[in-house]
Amino acid sequence: MSTYEQRVRPVGLPIGEGIGRQFDYWWTVYKRTWRGTVISSFLSPIFYVLAMGVLLGGFIEGDPAELEGATSYLAFLVPGLVAAHAMQTAVGETTYPVMGLMKWQKVYDSMLATPLTARHVVAAHLLFVGFRLVTTCGVFMLMLAPFGVFASWWGPFLAFGAQVLTGMAFATLVYGFTTRLNSPEGFGVLFRLGVFPLFLFSGAFFPVSNLGPVGEWVAKLTPLWQGVNLSRMFCVDNVDWPLAAVNVTVLLAITVAGWFWSVSGLTKRLVH
Amino acid sequence: MILAQGLRKSFGDFEAVKGIDIDVHRGEAFGFLGPNGAGKSSTMRMIAAVSPVSGGELRILGMDPAVDGPAIRSRLGVCPQEDTLDAELNVRDNLFIYGRYFGIAKAEVNDRVDELLEFVQLTEKARSKVEDLSGGMKRRLTIARSLINRPDLLLLDEPTTGLDPQARHLLWDKLFRLKQAGVTLVVTTHYMDEAEQLCDRLVVMDKGLIVAEGSPLALIREHSTREVAELRFGVADEGETHDALAEKVADLGHRVEVLPDRLLVYSDDGEEVIAKVHERGLEPVAVLVRRSTLEDVFLRLTGRTLVD
Repeated sequence: MSTYEQRVRPVGLPIGEGIGRQFDYWWTVYKRTWRGTVISSFLSPIFYVLAMGVLLGGFIEGDPAELEGATSYLAFLVPGLVAAHAMQTAVGETTYPVMGLMKWQKVYDSMLATPLTARHVVAAHLLFVGFRLVTTCGVFMLMLAPFGVFASWWGPFLAFGAQVLTGMAFATLVYGFTTRLNSPEGFGVLFRLGVFPLFLFSGAFFPVSNLGPVGEWVAKLTPLWQGVNLSRMFCVDNVDWPLAAVNVTVLLAITVAGWFWSVSGLTKRLVH
Repeated sequence: MILAQGLRKSFGDFEAVKGIDIDVHRGEAFGFLGPNGAGKSSTMRMIAAVSPVSGGELRILGMDPAVDGPAIRSRLGVCPQEDTLDAELNVRDNLFIYGRYFGIAKAEVNDRVDELLEFVQLTEKARSKVEDLSGGMKRRLTIARSLINRPDLLLLDEPTTGLDPQARHLLWDKLFRLKQAGVTLVVTTHYMDEAEQLCDRLVVMDKGLIVAEGSPLALIREHSTREVAELRFGVADEGETHDALAEKVADLGHRVEVLPDRLLVYSDDGEEVIAKVHERGLEPVAVLVRRSTLEDVFLRLTGRTLVD
């Protein structure tokens, strides 16, 4: 083996400097694409809220004992729906866009020919996803305020943080997954067997206790449930703080592990 | 500028580069020639400080790419085989954003973008989207992009592949100017005329090794004759070759190569070969005397077998 592999870590740019140098790129991308995200980011979720929360929810009795502390089905549904929406936004931003920059347009290759490294490239892209999560979840929550679904003034702020964290956990995981795919066919499996079942069965639409003891445990092991539960506890002001700490820890752990998985994935893929 | 000793690159069990020595000096234009799979692009990626070295020593601008990769890349210009431009951004933004990756201040990048657009004759296309440009324009834009950091060393991986003759000559003109301005050029190419035009010195690579090295002229002198007499006999019948004919002219040149439709006689005096061929009663359908080119050297060293 070469002596090179025993050498010290490469001397690189500080992470903040590397991210800062890509600001103009991501700002240009955002200016170019924000209009297209309006429908998927804001209108679709609002349709869900109206159809399922207001219209379907009108047939459901608002019993706080049955609805994890929520006084109406709408108040029960909304916090979970925003968390699930954060997951979908994160997955959307880390599947085809990452594949495009990595494999089709090879823009990542051009970035790595400069002083930037895979760490900088992944960090800047994930921060952009974080920004998208902040804007979509933020506007979604603002639009929900008039529906009278928030039980306290501070709850929605913590819920918003939980939703963004949920999105970031999925963003780092799925980014790492995408860097290991050779073709977009794997996305079909991810959407059908991952995202869609999580969306339906992680407690956004009904309490996971309805799934029976085994189903409930399985649901509680999923990352999305951690986010749905946190978001709902904060919004309906029914917080079990030790459980909230567990939820936050799980989401943070996934985000951190996903970050390393993403950097190693992009490095293996493009620096070989 | 580049010093490699026993440089190797492996991908699992496959050895793409099997121990090569290179020494590229400041201000020269250095070429890598070789068929597909010869190890040129793997070597270029190591020199670009993107691909880790598997063995041997490599110094670029006096630095070790395993330790100083970012510092090396900050002084390199890279024009990859594929354009890697952002097709949805306009021409100007592609350059501006790239300059920012090097940490160059906005005002300075803007000045350089204007200057480079002028240099590659794309000023009028500054606001056009990249996807609307022709192949030649995209290539010029990629070259402009590789110059945004005013590199000491410019790496060009097949810079004119796929371009029409006008676009190729325009690009060569730009590359000559860069060379005159003191930029060190490292080029890989399939085009022998490009290598002859651009390179002061080149290496021919085959199967991961360097099989010849020198100036284009020296390589022709060393591995070929001054002239080549081409004797066209028409395509040989099924299952037959022109070997029998080749035997009759074998003594007329240093070497005779048998192709399906013709014989190539390598000699210092092609006209004399033709005269003797006629004296011996052979009647080729057509004859041609030409000077030896780098292509003859290349084919001699790397063979005529098609490599995909």
